[in-house]
Amino acid sequence: MTAFTGTWRLVRLALRRDRIQLPIWLVSLILIEAATVSSIVGLYPDEEERLNLAITSANSPVSLMTNGLVSGSSLGATTMTQGLAVLGLGVAFMSTLAVIRHTRQNEETGRAEMIGAGIVGRHANLTAALIVVAGANVVFALLAALTLIGNDLPVASSVLAGASLGFVGIAFAAIAAVTAQISETSRGANGMAAAAIGLAFLLRAVGDVAGKTVEGGTKTISAWPSWLSPIGWSQQTRAYDDDNWWVFGIFVVTVVGLVGLAFELTAHRDVGAGMRAVRPGATTAPPGLLSPLGLAWRLQRGVLFGWAVAMLVLGATYGGVGDEIADMVSDSDEMADLIERLGGAGTLTESYFATTLAFGGIAASGYAIQTLLRMRAEEAAMRVEPVLATSVSRTRWMWSHIVIAMLGVTALVVLMGLSTGLTYGLVIGDVGGQVPPLVGAALVQVPAALALAGLAVAAFGLLPHRAVAIAWTGFALCLLMGQLGAILDLPQAVLNLSPFTHLPAAPADDVVATPLIMLLVVAAALLATGMAAFRRRDVAQG
Amino acid sequence: MTTAISISGLVKNFGRTRALDGLDLSVAAGEVHGFLGPNGSGKTTTIRILLGLLRADAGQASLLGGDPWNDAVELHRRLAYVPGEVNLWPNLSGGEVIDLFGALRGGLDPKRRSELLERFDLDPSKKCRTYSKGNRQKVAVVAAFASDVELFILDEPTSGLDPLMESVFQDCVNELMQDGRTVLLSSHVLAEVEALCDRVSIIRLGQTVESGTLAELRHLTRTFISVEAVRPITGLAELPGVHDLLVDGAHARFDVDTAEIGRTLRHLTQFDVSSLTSTPPTLEELFLRHYGDELAREQEAMETTA
Repeated sequence: MTAFTGTWRLVRLALRRDRIQLPIWLVSLILIEAATVSSIVGLYPDEEERLNLAITSANSPVSLMTNGLVSGSSLGATTMTQGLAVLGLGVAFMSTLAVIRHTRQNEETGRAEMIGAGIVGRHANLTAALIVVAGANVVFALLAALTLIGNDLPVASSVLAGASLGFVGIAFAAIAAVTAQISETSRGANGMAAAAIGLAFLLRAVGDVAGKTVEGGTKTISAWPSWLSPIGWSQQTRAYDDDNWWVFGIFVVTVVGLVGLAFELTAHRDVGAGMRAVRPGATTAPPGLLSPLGLAWRLQRGVLFGWAVAMLVLGATYGGVGDEIADMVSDSDEMADLIERLGGAGTLTESYFATTLAFGGIAASGYAIQTLLRMRAEEAAMRVEPVLATSVSRTRWMWSHIVIAMLGVTALVVLMGLSTGLTYGLVIGDVGGQVPPLVGAALVQVPAALALAGLAVAAFGLLPHRAVAIAWTGFALCLLMGQLGAILDLPQAVLNLSPFTHLPAAPADDVVATPLIMLLVVAAALLATGMAAFRRRDVAQG
Repeated sequence: MTTAISISGLVKNFGRTRALDGLDLSVAAGEVHGFLGPNGSGKTTTIRILLGLLRADAGQASLLGGDPWNDAVELHRRLAYVPGEVNLWPNLSGGEVIDLFGALRGGLDPKRRSELLERFDLDPSKKCRTYSKGNRQKVAVVAAFASDVELFILDEPTSGLDPLMESVFQDCVNELMQDGRTVLLSSHVLAEVEALCDRVSIIRLGQTVESGTLAELRHLTRTFISVEAVRPITGLAELPGVHDLLVDGAHARFDVDTAEIGRTLRHLTQFDVSSLTSTPPTLEELFLRHYGDELAREQEAMETTA
């Protein structure tokens, strides 16, 4: 028996378990890709329009940040810049979640112990997970390439474009293989992997915003931070322009290194254990723990602290490059004119911050969903039963989690506004003048984030077994509408479904109270529905 | 005698599966009541309904004079619960969990807490993720027994405990009983129920099939008798209530319905009995009698497939 014995059996087990989940991921991502590609091909048939768009995008920090570099104005290159950056995030999450589902989650639930007692080698579990996820990414890459070819784009470049997205997924699968060894819980491993994805996106954003524009304003030469990010590498392949196949070499070296590290870590730890030894805890409980709210805080604080760090970094990064925008604009009056018309009513920098803070608002709603779905996790693991068998009412138990989520969301956007304002203020030497308006603008995001959080609570109350899928689908749709709504040319009625659509673009636009109040009403109604439903239903195990 | 738990005609469906099918249960205040049944017979479902975690589809249930669903919070101040499968928060220590449950229930006695920790030999500083199944069970048991409540609902509380800890557990339940507390003890460890319980209810497929004191239930079963006489024994086969008879001259072995013991003994005396042993029925046999037909069917099915 070698360390890899039993791998194929475990591959078949993983495929069987994922027979619904992975196809849903693949089909959704391909549908998004197909819609984006055909929409762009339809919107920009005209070479001159594409040239304008390329110049605008290459000089818009907002576009550089969210979409990434610009590399030419051919139809294919336009498609890559305008639509495909967000897909890299999609495949990254598909891959990290799947790897951890088949590795650390198996260990955490004790399934790995039963598997390991069979004729199964030490490395079989991780190898099987990586094979399945790599396979999913190959399928995705092929389908993505076929979609592009189907839109009459050049074949070789389309294959390169598909492969560059598939490699993003494989790179993050390798990162997840390492985080699955380090953390003892799948929650922790997923958190670390998500942080890596966020960091990769941020590094690329900084690198592209800080980069130079050449070739008549149609090509971004990214600064070095972009080269530290797998998402950056996928864009540096510059499909339909330079077709840099050699960039895949960086992917291959990185993936081999990370997978080797993961195997090395597996060999040096016990099944079920993480890399850190478990320290003994307190023999008696501190008084702060002894209430439903105290318990919820204890269970949830780690997640909040992690998000707080992420939001601080995000805000500081966006704030730090905020001054670049003024430089770009001063280069050309014509450009400033054009960008200002696209960006909104306020100054260009204000439109930029409106975009970054809106992104922060969606991110904060992700925190709220994660926090609120902990209620479902507690229920499914049957940890809620002994709590509800004490003199704690269902309403009080739910409130304890909801209060933390609501205050947490508020704290997170304030932190982001604060760090944006501080760094930007420091750069331009006006801290006092920048912090209050940016914190205020950040707070505008709260009602929309709470409305989306309300969906998670309502789903938990009404459809507990589907709550996780419903809440995260809602989140993904809102994120997509924010990122791709304009490109996909979605009807306003569809865009209106996202609470974030209704927010004023603060600090660029004036804040109007009506939509904020309406969103709070929606949030309250969803919360009330979820709580009433949970009071009436059976406590349901996993 | 007041009633702590009173259930009649309780029905609970999960989709198309009928988990409880008109279950009856009555537990008097101050008694230790055994709640017996094989896996999947509906014990845990009944307990979850009593705790207000599930809503019954039909039938009545009353707990400490209140309604388990509507008065859940008030009622829970007066009871402690040990789940059959104890799942704890991996990053909390055992001591923290014990204090937490105590506080959520309305307080616990610190002296009793440390005494129980010692008796159950439990290290409260360990994180719950490092506890074995048995140790997690101990955390729940200590948290429950350290609470000053009227009613204890224990769902297979000794699963995972070693024999030494089982006996500590039995001592604790006996102390509760002497203290006048009510205990509902669901179990399929028959020896435990026999040692602890005043009355038992046996359920099967969501229905109560037998309920009463152990003496009453034994009354319904057979006693095994082995007898040695001076003269050859005759005429036993004609007596009512005698089963599985084996006669070998002056020696006989048989089961007799407990109601017929007197008549049988009077018959035996005419042969000049020299030695006699009688073995009262165990709960095990009681149990087997209720599930015997099922077991027989299973055996038959196995033989046909073999």
